[in-house]
Amino acid sequence: MGAADPARIQGVFPFAEREECQSFGVTRRELDIMQVNICKRCNLSCKHCHIGAGPGRTERMDRDVMAACLRLFARNAFRTLDITGGAPELNPDFPWFVAAAAERGIHTIVRTNLAVLREEGCRRFPAFYAEKRVELVASLPYYTEKDTDRQRGAGVFAACIAALRELNDLGYGRDPALTLNLVYNPGGAFLPPNQQSLTAEYRKKLADAHGIAFNKLYALTNNPVGRFGDFLERSGNLPGYMKRLVSAFNPAAVESMMCRNQISVDWDGAIYDCDFNLALGLKADLPGGVLDLTEAELPVRRIVFADHCYACTAGAGSSCGGATA
Amino acid sequence: MKTYYNPEDLEQFGNMGEDAPALWDKFMAYYGGVFEEGALTAKEKALIAFAVAHAVQCPYCIDSYTQTLLQMGVNREQMIEAVHAAAAIRGGATLAHGMQAKNVVKQLEL
Repeated sequence: MGAADPARIQGVFPFAEREECQSFGVTRRELDIMQVNICKRCNLSCKHCHIGAGPGRTERMDRDVMAACLRLFARNAFRTLDITGGAPELNPDFPWFVAAAAERGIHTIVRTNLAVLREEGCRRFPAFYAEKRVELVASLPYYTEKDTDRQRGAGVFAACIAALRELNDLGYGRDPALTLNLVYNPGGAFLPPNQQSLTAEYRKKLADAHGIAFNKLYALTNNPVGRFGDFLERSGNLPGYMKRLVSAFNPAAVESMMCRNQISVDWDGAIYDCDFNLALGLKADLPGGVLDLTEAELPVRRIVFADHCYACTAGAGSSCGGATA
Repeated sequence: MKTYYNPEDLEQFGNMGEDAPALWDKFMAYYGGVFEEGALTAKEKALIAFAVAHAVQCPYCIDSYTQTLLQMGVNREQMIEAVHAAAAIRGGATLAHGMQAKNVVKQLEL
């Protein structure tokens, strides 16, 4: 399991013992985001994937669990449904889930790796997304082919650019109703750049070289779990990376950690504080999963912190929605 | 001492302030000011520092500024172009000094 085991992170001041975690170690009264991880299968096997997703994974959420998510969503007045994976497009019940959410008027985000939209069987999704007014959050680790392909596999950058052009043609990134946000993540054992300056750079490079437009860029910090954690451990970078995260600890980022404002639901309905805790198997402090709590009002809960949480509080902070502090 | 350059020394750089703290404080204030955003961006300044580090062949600065640039979103291709800028100036300066040799030869030859 490598560094996916949080106990492998040694020699740092325990995150849970930070003073700010005593004040802000519980969720907000009302939660905005329900993130749902509907499958581990992916067309890619990115080197940094905290989930360890890939073509060989078979876990996927069935329609009963999706329906339970929608009921729990309504019962607790969540505001955003955030669908992720794996590549969500590879779950056969994904179109049903998105359509059901759209019928209910739910603001829905889909996290796409872009390249999947060029695969046979997935070509229909760009038009489907536009029709359902889905907000897209698309991975693009860098604006150059070499750097992107090094992280995500040969040919991925070209496929991403083709998908982005198609999305632009449909109005994504141009029509105010069709939001297209990109995600940068560092290509190694270092922290992300300033989100604002990197956004300007992405905007210019992608426009000049490819004529591509987008709305926002989220600069994410790689979390030392999953495949990225394994890389850190294998390459001897884990102690240095943790030291970097701890040195960059920003107390002001704790209050706005994403885990305080969301739940993260796994394919089998189990609930976690975030997708990283999901990857580590650290379940949320709740009396059951989605199927047990469908009609329940979710209580304020204590966050299950571990030392990988330093990745969300380093520097400008990091979340699935970019910098937080 | 087993080696003239030790990577761990980089983390001990602050100890240089022990014996001349007033001068150290002035240097650090100046250093910090130099690399703040100004007419040049912090990233442009870091790229200059990175190139100069190669020109003056400081392994500590190369290590440090390579990491700084990675964290600023600079990729390998951009870094190597900066190294070439340093190399071009070093090489150009060497060649330009060839004019001195040519002048001496011109003065002395029949």
